[in-house]
Amino acid sequence: MKKIALFLAVAISIVVVSCKSDDDTTTTPQNVNVAFTFTQNWDGNNITNADYETTVYTNAHGTDQTISKLDYLISDITFTNSTGQSFSAEDYNLISARNGTNVNFTPDVQIPTGDYVVSFTFGFDEEDNVDAAYPDLTSATWGVPTPLGGGYHYMRLEGKFDDGTPTPANYAYHTIRAFNTATSTPFDTSFEVTIGSVTVSENTNVEVKMDVSEWFINPNEWDLNVLNSALMMNYNAQLMMSQNGTTVFSLGAVTQ
Amino acid sequence: MRYGVLICLLLSIVFTSCKKDDEYIATPMPLSIPQLFAEKLSPPIIPGDNPQTREGIALGRKLFYDPILSGDGTQACASCHNPQNAFSDERRFSIGIDGLEGNRNSMPLFNMAWNFSEDFFWDGRAKGLENQALEPVTNPIEMHNTWEQATVSLQATSDYPLLFSNAFGTENISKELVVKAISQFTRTLISSNSKFDKHLAGEAELTTSEANGLAVFLDESRGDCFHCHGDPNTPIWTDNTFHNNGLDETITDRGLGAFTGDPRDFGLFKSPSLRNLAFTAPYMHDGRFQTLDEVINHYSEGLVYSETIDPLMKTISEGGVHLSENDKADLKAFLLSLSDPSFINNPDFQDPN
Repeated sequence: MKKIALFLAVAISIVVVSCKSDDDTTTTPQNVNVAFTFTQNWDGNNITNADYETTVYTNAHGTDQTISKLDYLISDITFTNSTGQSFSAEDYNLISARNGTNVNFTPDVQIPTGDYVVSFTFGFDEEDNVDAAYPDLTSATWGVPTPLGGGYHYMRLEGKFDDGTPTPANYAYHTIRAFNTATSTPFDTSFEVTIGSVTVSENTNVEVKMDVSEWFINPNEWDLNVLNSALMMNYNAQLMMSQNGTTVFSLGAVTQ
Repeated sequence: MRYGVLICLLLSIVFTSCKKDDEYIATPMPLSIPQLFAEKLSPPIIPGDNPQTREGIALGRKLFYDPILSGDGTQACASCHNPQNAFSDERRFSIGIDGLEGNRNSMPLFNMAWNFSEDFFWDGRAKGLENQALEPVTNPIEMHNTWEQATVSLQATSDYPLLFSNAFGTENISKELVVKAISQFTRTLISSNSKFDKHLAGEAELTTSEANGLAVFLDESRGDCFHCHGDPNTPIWTDNTFHNNGLDETITDRGLGAFTGDPRDFGLFKSPSLRNLAFTAPYMHDGRFQTLDEVINHYSEGLVYSETIDPLMKTISEGGVHLSENDKADLKAFLLSLSDPSFINNPDFQDPN
């Protein structure tokens, strides 16, 4: 009887082991992922879905405007510790703020817990801004046509503004790599954003805030009556937008 | 001996515990993905519960052309989706079995597995191709049938039960299996052999007019067509999203907004692909334009303001960017280079009945 009981125990364990998922084993993580949440505001007032096309914002030039679309690309989120050691998945994230697509993003890299300076690239740097290199972005019609320099958009900020006529006018504030169409000369207008120091523990979430009003202020006060569309092929406009972008992002809440 | 029986019993438990349900699997027949699509785009969307099979595609093709799905047995999917019109309808509005006219132009059907949003119809009201295929059968101004009656009709035939058995492993015909089969067929409707495709493959040269037309298309200050329809890197030639392209000052057909209920979506319609325009007249969601010239004139000087007009529409107060007559002609020449005669004549897509 004991033999039968022993046999049953062994056999049942075979059944259990046979059907066990690979995921059942747990180990103590040595390294951790860090989650990011991208939020948007206008001079400190959060922009929610309900604000698109409805809330009127007054920009630094005194022009009333609304926002219809706000899509932007960030890449190469990098964690640098006090010894100068850097960690990066070298991946990218295309955020569609209006519908909340990809506002939460976790880079595919695990890092030791500790203190880091966190940075990322707005858009793609020259190394990564390769024409048609990313099928998901190409499929999302995020590419830039070859005659405009190729590669990918960095941002599509679109909406309407009051141009003094009875009906609002449209604007399409699109940022890409600057490209001189006359000489076919590109200029990298992506830029690195250092959002600050973050203590990384096992469940860290970092908020990255975009103040949309900053795109229209500093150092170039933006006059939508002059610069509202066809900006991708406007080399100088791209330089100005890149300059304005450097004060757009900031570190928000860090939760553990 | 007792242990032997016990071992057999327990081993059977081991295998039974881990065994998946028996599933009938027809002959796999993956989509033939054009090289350009494979190089540039994300993989096509094939639902995990509806893989492409030889038997499923053949059944779907037969169903697509069979009027048995309609209420009085007079209309098939193909009645309003004619292969010679790139599976669209040359009539402005299709007419259903009761003689009633719709209010939207029949959408052409091709490259639908690359609709990454999976929003179908001009107003995006169906999520996924299978769900799209559910609707026309019961739509009172289209096939005006019930799914119960449609499946009863199919079940009563001499051939369909066996064809469903071959495709899905059961002779019990359901609406779910009908739309799975139709979707398998319509996913095979791939168009990738236009003159412009050949140009990209180094097999054809564009004329001067076509090349200039491409330049107009990609020029932000002239055509600026690429923001909604893509560029040579996006061979589906649509963003598959929704826009108000300045057709009407007063929105009467709410489009996407009728489905979402959001006033910000009023008057928004899906960007159609620019492939096969040579075969898909009339144009726009309501087929209001008979010719490509009318379409180009609209964007050039016919834009009108409404609250939800897309910000990509330029200089609306002047009606548009006012293309030169040469640019208009060249743009038209380029657009026509995206048409694919081999698609509409592909024998695999024709009526098998």
